[in-house]
Amino acid sequence: MEGAVTVESYLWVMLGSALGGVGRYGCAVLAVRHLGESFPWGTLGVNILGSFVIGLADVAVASGGARYLLMAGLCGGYTTFSAFSLQTLNLLHEGHAARAAANVVASVAACLVSVWLGHLAGFALGRGWL
Amino acid sequence: MTPSRIWEWMSGPRGAIYFWIALGSGLGGVARLWCANMAPLVFGEAFPWGILLVNIAGSFVIGLFFALTGPEGRLQVSTTARQFVMTGLCGGYTTFSAFSLDTLHLMRDGRVLAAGANVVLSVALCIGAAWLGHAAASRLSRR
Repeated sequence: MEGAVTVESYLWVMLGSALGGVGRYGCAVLAVRHLGESFPWGTLGVNILGSFVIGLADVAVASGGARYLLMAGLCGGYTTFSAFSLQTLNLLHEGHAARAAANVVASVAACLVSVWLGHLAGFALGRGWL
Repeated sequence: MTPSRIWEWMSGPRGAIYFWIALGSGLGGVARLWCANMAPLVFGEAFPWGILLVNIAGSFVIGLFFALTGPEGRLQVSTTARQFVMTGLCGGYTTFSAFSLDTLHLMRDGRVLAAGANVVLSVALCIGAAWLGHAAASRLSRR
């Protein structure tokens, strides 16, 4: 991410990441309540949504502070790789190899498509729109 | 909701979990930014080593802590402490969105092989790291 890294950028990232983490937990709780625990829908959904937003912000957000807050902060804290790894491992441990594979393929494919769509949406809004 | 009801919720057990997750995720995010900024100085800018290594390290720690504090683990901690470390610290430290964006940038630059390597290495090494952490904790707990 371009721009000088200052104390201020660390504060933006801390704030964004704290809010993102809370949002991620809230989504995970809702996903378990409504979709059950047989598949990690919460983490998958969070990662897809966060990938879209980071792609959009990458193009459409110009100012350094807002980029740190939204991208490394909010999207970085909202999405997670560690829960994805652990949940895939747990599916394997429980003997659900097909679900584990589906989680890997769906996460990678959907998040890459999502970040690409975010980029396209950003170009539609205009470079440096915000 | 009145202010007193909001305060009641915030100071209750559910509010506490949100507080600890926010703190853990904020600290994890700061650590991620530091690593992501240091990595290019050490490894160069040709490949997103920073986010890759961050995701591997966070996956190892979550696997380790998950097994160490599980029902058969050696370390028994509160649900809040588990959420602080796993959902907060590890969740905030690791990221999927930067991984997606880095991969997209590599593809847009025509570096398809590097993009493919980023995907394969991230998935394989992170799940491997979580497994390694889990295995290490299981061994520690058996003794």
